[in-house]
This record gives sequence, C-alpha cells and structure tokens, in this order.
Amino acid sequence: MRFKLLVAALASAGLYSANAQAQTEIQWWHSMGGALGDRVNGLADKFNASQKDYKVVATYKGQYPVSMTAAIAAFRAGNAPHILQVFEVGTATMMAAKGAIVPVATVMKNAKEPFDPKAYLPTVAGYYTDMKGNMLSLPFNSSTALFYINKDAFKKASLEPVAPKTWKELVATAEKLKAAGHACPYTTAWPSWVHIENFSAWHNVPIGTKQNGMGGLDTQFSINSPLHVRHIAMLGDMTKKGLFVYAGRTNQGDAKFSSGECAMFTGSASAQAGIKKAGKVDWSVHFLPYHDDVKGAPQNSIIGGASLWVMASKNRKPDEYKGVAKFLAFLSKPEIQMEWHTGTGYVPITLAAFEMTRKSGYYDKEPGAELTVRQLTHKPPTANSKGLRFGNFVQGREVIEEEMESVFAGKKDAKTAMNDAVKRGNEILRKFQAANK
Amino acid sequence: MEKRVAFRSAWLPYALLAPQIAITIIFFFWPAVQAVWFAFQLQDAFGLQTEFVGLQNFAALFADEHYLASFQTTAVFSVLVAFFGIAISLLLATMADRVVRGALVYKTLLIWPYAVAAAVAGVLWAFMFAPSIGIVTYVLKRMGVDWNWIINGDQAMLLVVMASVWKQISYNFLFFLAGLQSIPRSLVEAAAIDGAGPVRRFWTVVFPLLSPTTFFLLVVNIVYAFFDTFGVIDATTQGGPAQATQILVYKVYYDGVKAADLGGSSAQSVILMLIVIALTVIQFRFVERRVQY
Repeated sequence: MRFKLLVAALASAGLYSANAQAQTEIQWWHSMGGALGDRVNGLADKFNASQKDYKVVATYKGQYPVSMTAAIAAFRAGNAPHILQVFEVGTATMMAAKGAIVPVATVMKNAKEPFDPKAYLPTVAGYYTDMKGNMLSLPFNSSTALFYINKDAFKKASLEPVAPKTWKELVATAEKLKAAGHACPYTTAWPSWVHIENFSAWHNVPIGTKQNGMGGLDTQFSINSPLHVRHIAMLGDMTKKGLFVYAGRTNQGDAKFSSGECAMFTGSASAQAGIKKAGKVDWSVHFLPYHDDVKGAPQNSIIGGASLWVMASKNRKPDEYKGVAKFLAFLSKPEIQMEWHTGTGYVPITLAAFEMTRKSGYYDKEPGAELTVRQLTHKPPTANSKGLRFGNFVQGREVIEEEMESVFAGKKDAKTAMNDAVKRGNEILRKFQAANK
Repeated sequence: MEKRVAFRSAWLPYALLAPQIAITIIFFFWPAVQAVWFAFQLQDAFGLQTEFVGLQNFAALFADEHYLASFQTTAVFSVLVAFFGIAISLLLATMADRVVRGALVYKTLLIWPYAVAAAVAGVLWAFMFAPSIGIVTYVLKRMGVDWNWIINGDQAMLLVVMASVWKQISYNFLFFLAGLQSIPRSLVEAAAIDGAGPVRRFWTVVFPLLSPTTFFLLVVNIVYAFFDTFGVIDATTQGGPAQATQILVYKVYYDGVKAADLGGSSAQSVILMLIVIALTVIQFRFVERRVQY
C-alpha cells in the first residue's frame, strides 16, 4: 500500500514537472507601480492566455534606477531577467553593455518573428535605434513634454483663456497674471528634460555633438550655446520676478498645477491623468512654447519614458529568446497598443495603432492624447531631434539640474552655469567612454 | 576577582564564536575589501570590462571641486547636528532630572523619536515643511517668511539638520540622564551650601562631571551625522538644491547605486572608511581613558 502511494506520488510529480517544463517562463522586470502596474500585469495575463508555450511573469522591481541596479546585480550573478524595462536615460548604459543585452532586432530575426522597424513611430523608435538602423530595445511607455494652462486662473486675471504660443507671449502672460495677484504664474516638472532636452529638439539645436551622442561615445555636450544660455537666463529672470516658481527635479510640478496653485505648467503628457483625477481646475493642454526668432522652430519634441531590453545570460536557451520575441511581437500589435495608449496616456508605438485609435474616435473625446503624437511627429526628425544618447546620463542630468538650480537660486549667471554643466557633463562622458571601450 | 570560564574542549569556544565571526567577515570585511579593490578599477556597469587604473579614481575625485565642496557641506552639517543634538538634549536631560511628578511620562515621550526610522523622520519633516502644502510653511508664510527649501540651499540645510537633530536627541538624552543620575547628590549639595546658584552649580560641578559623557556623545553624534543621516536626506532633499545638502555618504550612494559608477563610488567609500577609522581611533584613545564606567 505504502509502495503504491509512493509510486503514485512520483508519477504525479513527474507529470507535474513535465507540465511545467512544457511552459517556458519569461521573466519581465518593470517599474510600473500602482494602476500602471495593474496594466502591465494585464498585458502579461493576456499574452499568457493567448498561447500555451510561454508564460510571462511580470515583476515590479521598484522605481527605474532601482530595477536597473537590481538587473545589473542579477546579471553579474548570472541570473538576469529576460526582459527589463529601462528608463530613457539608461539607454546608453544598456547599449554599451554588449555582452549583457541582445538587440531587439536580432531577437526578432533569430526567432523568425515578423518585424518591420518602419511600422514604429519614427521619433519613438529612433530614440532606441542605432546608427545602422537596428532597433536595440522596444519602446514601451513613451510620453513627451507638453504645455498646460489653467483656464480659471486666466479668466480670474481677466485674460482670454488662450495658451501663449511663444516664450515671449508666455512671459507677458505671466506678468499679467502676477499683476493680477497670482502667486505662481508658471512652473515646470523635469527641468532638464523639458528645458534642455525637449527644448533643444523643439528648436532644432544640438544637445551634444555626434548627433546628440547617437553617433559615438566621443560626444560632448553643447548646451552652453547662446540659445540655451538665453533660455536659462530667461527662466532665472522669471524666478527673480516671481513669474516662475521652481518645483523640483522630478514631477513635483504636476501637483502645483493640478491643485490650482500654478496657472501655467510644462510637464509630461502623462501628467494629464493626475490633473483629471484631481479635477480641481479647468485646464487645456498645448504644444510647448518656443522662441519665434529661432529658424525652423518648432521642430518636434522628443520622448521620455522607458523601453524594454532583452537581456542575455549564461545558460539561456534559444527557446527562451523565441518566447521573448513572441511577447514583443504581441506587445506591438495595434489592438494591444491602442489599449495601452488609451488606458495609460502613453504614446502608441506603432503608426497602425495610432491610426486605429484615431478611427475609433477616441481623439475627439481626448484631444490631449493626440497632441502628444502630433508634437512628436510635428516635422520629420533631424539629427538634433531624434533623441539623445549620453553615457551615464543619470549623473549627467543631475549635473544639468544642479547647474539650473544654481541659476534659479541666483547663485550663478546662466552663462557660467551652462559652461559648468558642459564641463562637468563632459567629464562624465569621458569616464563612460573610458569604461566602455 | 576576575571571572573566567574554562572550556574543556579545545574547539567549542571557536565553534561558539564562529557564527558571529562569519557574519562579520561576510557582511563587513568582505564588502570593505571589495570596495578597496573596486576603488582602483574602472569598470562598466555590468562588469563586462574591468581595467586597473591605479589612483585615477581618487585623482578624479580630488580634482572635482564639487567633491571637495561636499566635504565642507559634510563638516558644516555634522557640526550643526552634533552641537544642537547635544545642547538640546543636555537641556532636556537637566530638566527631566529635576521633575518629580510624572517623570516616567516625560522620559518616555523624549525617548520616543529614537524608535522612528530615519526615512520616516525625513518624510515627516518634509511634509510639515513642504513648500506649497506644509503646515509649518503656511504659518511661516503668514509671518512673512519666504520658505522654499526646494530652491533655497540654506533652508534645505536647516531642514535636514532639524530632522536629524530631532531624531538623535533621544539617544543623547538617555546618556545625559544616566550621567546626571550618577553624579553624587552630596557634591551638588555641598556647592549649594557654599552659596553657588543653580547656574553656577551646573557649570562648575555638574558639567565637568558630565564631560566624559559629552565627549563620547560628541564622537557618536559626528559619526551619526556622517553616516546615519542618509535616510533623512534621501527622503527630503536628495542632496539638492544644487548640492547644498549633498554630504559624503549620500554621494557614495548616488554614484554607486543610482549612477552605477562603481569605481568612483568605491573610491569615495574608501575615503569615508579612512575617516571612520580616524574617528574610531580618537574615540578609543581619548574617550576610553576618560569615561568612568
């Protein structure tokens, strides 16, 4: 009797493990918390239900820098996840790690999954594509910087609730708001991303040499150009006059706008969800302001957000990469993209998904969602507006923000600060270059 | 008479010590050795390419004026935290020592903040002093103070100092209270009979007798300000604005963990290690000699 039981137990255990082996697990580490995390899990569940060979396991690993650090440690221990979500500033670091990643284009080719790089939105895919046109990582959640106004605040100051189009108009409007007693005419989120990175693309000026670093590791920052200095000086001047209220380095500006404290705001397109949820102000969203004396402006803005990298690891079998390819193809499907786009406010990554969403009539209800795509594709991207790729830009962006803060605090003039930002930024770039020969 | 425990077996004492030694080696010595090793290397984030660069990481640090400025920030921060932490807790301890009724309640409440995690303390203070929504900000604004530590470096420093001091007062308070209670009443009474007032009694009798405790706390508080205030800073200013609150230990974390610059971060932690060793030597050479157990 006991023997029989044992045999039965062994047999069922064998069956069970055979069953488990038939399904290859794909580990996906991401940084989408809260409601966005539910959406990510939804994507994994949907994929798992759509086929039987692979099982995608989505795991929240903390915020972007944390999950990246965790993946680096896991890679060093020979245990990297199959797919890792990496924020845009980590792109150069991932790209330089040749033995640690497999380009998405290669993964798709090896798995014989149909894959057409031209199907993706050029400004989105371009950010994650190398000079030869190979897509390195799959764009996942992308947004851009937009401009918001609080119509109530405008009306209260007896102004027409029309958004200023240029920075000159914005300053004039801010002055009128201030004169009418408004304490915070203008604020911003993500100072470097909005006022240096997107600003440069929008005015078609380089952030760095070598096509913003996309052409090689020997790039140098060029954010001390007269236009950059003039713009930062303008912001410093606005701070002094109380027209611009600095909110901090990340998305602290969002709350200042959604609570009604500030009348005008530049921030991520993804701020719309929070503003809607707070429901405190009558607002509208617009293209970023520009300096109208700059030739060719406005050009197009660039993205922010994250992409999915396929990581290599010892003992990884071809079948696992095949599963990864299948999942990435699944994510690129128009209906999946449309669901992601309309559910989260992030940009659809393929043109087909954009068309599909337009046909569904969604943009008639949500003009803000379409604005993001329209601004990103405003003109065909140039070498200055395709994106950027700077080594260790986590540190680089911090340096830029520190120098901007010293201008806003009145400790340095804009020219000195931007020169210092370039000098310190270039040191970081040289160190990265030396470490990634 | 000295108490001695004799083990009959030769290996048992070693076996009993082994777990503690293993933990010390694995979690303290091994990472420290690794940090020293990494400090002389240039390595990409994934550890795919490693190059021995000698003292290059250190040279780069000392050529960086922002790193040198970080020393100054750390010094200012540590002195402020240690001074106010000690002064306020000494005041509180002398007060609490005099209280007759409800002494236990006062003491418990004063020790309470010590149980709060540094990050929680940071968030708590950041909330109270938040530039647009903080309750203290609201009061300050009504008083005409333009409170905005997001952009004002001095105010940011003030905020992290307040949060760090608040967190450390309990610890100091405990030591001072114990120190005060061990001072013989007869000495204080003798001084009183000689006609010394309370203030004079404190400065000429009590304070000198407390000096070993004060010196010990000074060293502990400086070490605390150097290393343990990381959580407070990470939860509030994150080193900003424009590096106004970037103390050495925070920069080690930022460069190593967030920016994946292992060589630079390790070199910084080696420098910090040397500072701790120096502080520990001071503690053992001077404090051990003067504290009466």
